[in-house]
Amino acid sequence: MNQGLVADVIVIGAGIIGAACAQALARRGLRVLVLDAGLQGATAAGMGHLLVLDDNPAELALSQYSLQRWREQAPGLPEGCAYRNNGTLWLAANAEEMAVAHSKYLDLQTQGVACELIARNALRVREPELREGLEGGLLINGDGILYAPATANWMLDTAGIEQRRARVSEVDGNRVCLDDGQWLSAEAVILANGIQASDLCPELPIEPKKGHLLITDRYPGKVTHTLVELGYVTSAHNATGPSTACNIQPRPTGQLFIGASRQFGTTDPQVEGWMLAKMLKRAAEYMPGLAQLNGIRAWTGFRAASPDGLPLIGEHPSRKGLWLAVGHEGLGVTTAPGTADLLVAQLFNETPPLAAQDYLPQRFLGEAVYA
Amino acid sequence: MNEYADLLIIGAGPAGMSAALAAAPSGARIIVLDDNPLPGGQIWRDGPLARLPNQARKMRERLHTHSNIHHHAGTRVIACSGPRQLLVEDADHGWLIGYDKLILCTGARELLLPFPGWTLPGVTGAGGLQALIKGGLPVQDQRVVIAGSGPLLLATAATAKHSGADVLHIAEQASSSAVAGFALQLPRWPGKLLQSFSLFDRHYHTGSHIVAALGNERLEGVRLRKQGKIVELACDRLACGFGLIPNTQLGQALGCALDGTALAVDVWQATGRADHYAAGECTGFGGSELALVEGAIAGHAAVNNTAAARHLWPRRARWQRFATALNRAFSLDPQLKSLAQADTLVCRCEDVPYAALAGHTEWRAAKLASRCGMGACQGRVCGGALQYLFDWQPSAPRPPFSPARIETLMCLDDTPPA
Repeated sequence: MNQGLVADVIVIGAGIIGAACAQALARRGLRVLVLDAGLQGATAAGMGHLLVLDDNPAELALSQYSLQRWREQAPGLPEGCAYRNNGTLWLAANAEEMAVAHSKYLDLQTQGVACELIARNALRVREPELREGLEGGLLINGDGILYAPATANWMLDTAGIEQRRARVSEVDGNRVCLDDGQWLSAEAVILANGIQASDLCPELPIEPKKGHLLITDRYPGKVTHTLVELGYVTSAHNATGPSTACNIQPRPTGQLFIGASRQFGTTDPQVEGWMLAKMLKRAAEYMPGLAQLNGIRAWTGFRAASPDGLPLIGEHPSRKGLWLAVGHEGLGVTTAPGTADLLVAQLFNETPPLAAQDYLPQRFLGEAVYA
Repeated sequence: MNEYADLLIIGAGPAGMSAALAAAPSGARIIVLDDNPLPGGQIWRDGPLARLPNQARKMRERLHTHSNIHHHAGTRVIACSGPRQLLVEDADHGWLIGYDKLILCTGARELLLPFPGWTLPGVTGAGGLQALIKGGLPVQDQRVVIAGSGPLLLATAATAKHSGADVLHIAEQASSSAVAGFALQLPRWPGKLLQSFSLFDRHYHTGSHIVAALGNERLEGVRLRKQGKIVELACDRLACGFGLIPNTQLGQALGCALDGTALAVDVWQATGRADHYAAGECTGFGGSELALVEGAIAGHAAVNNTAAARHLWPRRARWQRFATALNRAFSLDPQLKSLAQADTLVCRCEDVPYAALAGHTEWRAAKLASRCGMGACQGRVCGGALQYLFDWQPSAPRPPFSPARIETLMCLDDTPPA
């Protein structure tokens, strides 16, 4: 039973990706219906770290473009979004990691990303809480932080967007079926529901990667930049087993986020004591004073990871009318503006602001079967 | 420094002390954890200006005489670190305690409801003011108003008067008929009748509730609705308590089932999880007499002395009837749900006003959007208020159950489970 078009576009998922797509479409005058099951995905659980990553050129292009868009939007963001341009300081524990910092520095400079190499003796001037003996660091000046749940809500609070709490049980091109059996149609449907996407499209190569986070009480001024170990890039990032990496982020409240962990093959949301301990020990290796701070809350979340670490952005090659914006892993908040711009350009058949090729779903799902 | 207990008791209020004393003759190695500096719980809280009842003093002395009872003061449970093992923390360090059996005597906390001005300096909980006075807060010649519901209001008034305060008004929200009906039943519990006479106060007004706390920098007065009429009184302190909320978080984390808002227990005070018992206010509000007998039953049952436990059933039944009468008489008037105004803070840790919450349909979404309950108290205060105001169920507890030093959390074994 078709009810006619309920909106120009239906977006499934009210996380930061769905919200950014909905906002971009509404700003072009489209009527957008956003459906969300209220499951609280990665947007609710993540750190809200906005960072340039350069594991490969496509990741760099998307994150660099998106960071630029965040900085442009920043003045218009309400205070509740807690945007700060505090920079990311990548920490090198040894000479090998410092060599990585150096080569990243050269690459990023070439690409026009503002960054500075921080020498051993300057590191503790910048961040006095770091332990002695670290080799140095790489500061990415343009990186920042924000509070993603409030930012998604701000995006959704745009004229032309209607939000509805509903669980989608089936998608069929440009139609969706709700839990209660009702079918809704639009010109296009955008799937932006993170790890839940594979429930609706089992062919999507998306795997949940569990992460733990802890937040401390308020300690204003202790840390300035988001502190991330370079081992994150050199080892842990590519590992297949459970891993941790030092990631310490100062919130505008003076609280500190402490991460990060990765686990595969689980969808159990429990905070696991062993992983929490492992993650905190790793962070305290870089910042020994952490041990004396109070942690007030810990939680977990699931990143929706694709096999190559890049999102799937574009029309589903075998389900005409269904558009994908999924598989962002840990970079959903960072790359939300770029994802929205890429998707909208493709929907309107315009030239996208950056090459869309590397993010097309075709790389996993094969070429389009429709004309 | 890791430890083992045959019987681990969480909380050293009346229920916890009673449980330890009941179990002690078995010779079992007993550990009692308590987050206060001295045993006694909230009702028998010690301090420079506290007057402990004889019974409390004697129980405390008896705890000391048993060499198989070990008491850790100022200690909190932070996480479940393994099957029958808890991570705990005191002021100096964190450690693990393994156990064979466990009794939860985690008590209850005051329900604090938001109303205009409730965050002004000078406004406290009713039990909170009592604790502050026992701890040495001077209230000599200060004008005090006490408002809310339940017998704790009278107990607080008595403590305040004893320390020289001028108690102007005790506003009990329950109707005069409800309170009178309850008072008429009191002869069934003669000790309580005597106690209520000693607590009786001519400034006690039924059908009376707080509307607003007034003042700029600090409390200067209160606005009350008294039998339908608005009155204002100048005062220095306002103490409010709207009843008690059972502390069930640790029990829930251990897998014990709830019955309503309290931990569910059977006739042996056993919870749904084998070898885990619960007694006292965490199983529902009933006063110290009920907590004492429940604690004793749990203590006996935990060391397999079923005869002694069974022997106490009639006494427990008697105090359960008292608890039922009490809870019925002092049930909260739904009018109290409309005290908060749009700009009244509900979460004082994160400064979240009522208006930021009222549009939501559930706790998690409201929390994410507003940061309500994300501050230092982790929703201990606003969570109870929101459960009453909107019927939002608090989310399942996650470690750390209390703010804990990161060093303590690093005591958890970091090897992945096999």
